[in-house]
Amino acid sequence: MAKIKMKKKSTSTDMTAMCDVAFLLLTFFILTATAKIPEALPVDTPASTVQTKLPDSELAVVIIGKDQGKNKVFFDLKGREVRKRALELMAEKYGLTFSEEDKTKFSLMTDFGVPIQSLKQIIDMKSSDRVKADQPGIPIDSTDNQVKEWILNSRKANNELQNAIGGKKELEIAIKGDAKEEYPVIKKVMDILQDQHVNTFSLITGLRGKDF
Amino acid sequence: MAELNTDSGGDKGGKVRSKKQNSKVDLTAMVDLAFLLITFFMLTTSLSKPQSMSLGLPDKDPKDDSKNVKVDENRTMTVLLGDNDKMFYYMGIINTPMAPKDIAYGKDGIRKELLKRKKEVLAYSTAKGRPDQGMIVIIKPSKKSTYKNVVDILDEMAISSIPTYTIVNDFLPEETKLLDGK
Repeated sequence: MAKIKMKKKSTSTDMTAMCDVAFLLLTFFILTATAKIPEALPVDTPASTVQTKLPDSELAVVIIGKDQGKNKVFFDLKGREVRKRALELMAEKYGLTFSEEDKTKFSLMTDFGVPIQSLKQIIDMKSSDRVKADQPGIPIDSTDNQVKEWILNSRKANNELQNAIGGKKELEIAIKGDAKEEYPVIKKVMDILQDQHVNTFSLITGLRGKDF
Repeated sequence: MAELNTDSGGDKGGKVRSKKQNSKVDLTAMVDLAFLLITFFMLTTSLSKPQSMSLGLPDKDPKDDSKNVKVDENRTMTVLLGDNDKMFYYMGIINTPMAPKDIAYGKDGIRKELLKRKKEVLAYSTAKGRPDQGMIVIIKPSKKSTYKNVVDILDEMAISSIPTYTIVNDFLPEETKLLDGK
């Protein structure tokens, strides 16, 4: 009797190609992902169902939060060139001088919450120390309204740079407030914006479903 | 591990056979891990970007005296935001035709009312021959209301797609009394 020999099939598939693709994609996602930068003033934003994403550039964020029972206002500006120019304009306004090195360092920083007079100390710190530095917040009183100046000068800086490259993008302003923050504090910032005829701005929120 | 070829001096004619090693490596675990990481990075990159809600407020110019724009009171609804997540609303002018009513946030509270009133206003406008005139909601956040309240109510506006809404900071004496009273 003739024996029919079944060809032994290998159970393992060749996964080299799959592995290649997987790692290629992995590399892509790792490289495109932006690392989460620690915030100097952590805030718990309220949630909304609106799903508009914030732009990555031409953006200024006013962060309003409570820290140790005090209302603090922090400021963040995206884009290195804009930051540099805004700092120059602010220094001019308050009669301060920053070295070129300081400006470069400042352009790489994120949010800060100190009066311009003590900004140099924050610039000199290491980024890990800045978070722990217990920053007092930017003055927002009517006598010394630096938040207003920061917004104004950032917009100026943005316009200058946009003019230089022939663009027309206005600086967008977003408010990032803590959910438990009282409305008058937010209103103060909104009033500053409206005084500068910025009537359209964004509120940064978290995400939630419609069933609440 | 410790297999040393000790018999090299023995038979000179013998062939040294090296053991054929399997060239295939099992890649299953590696692929698993890679895909897990891909999934993780894919999800985090799209979700980490914060959401934003754009808000347009009317121009406030001290020179401009167009404050007293006449609007049909049948189209307006005023929402007062109080402390402790309280909220009152009334239609038209205060106390006529209805007294301010207490209402809760969320889908069973304000949203139901908004959708109902929106339909009513639309029917009213259509009857007048102006179906383009929708409902106007005036939001008045009191000093004790929180930022969350404001965002919540703005979100409700977006959900119910109210055509016109604005934030007003002037309070009528009756409204102040109402917000302080209870």
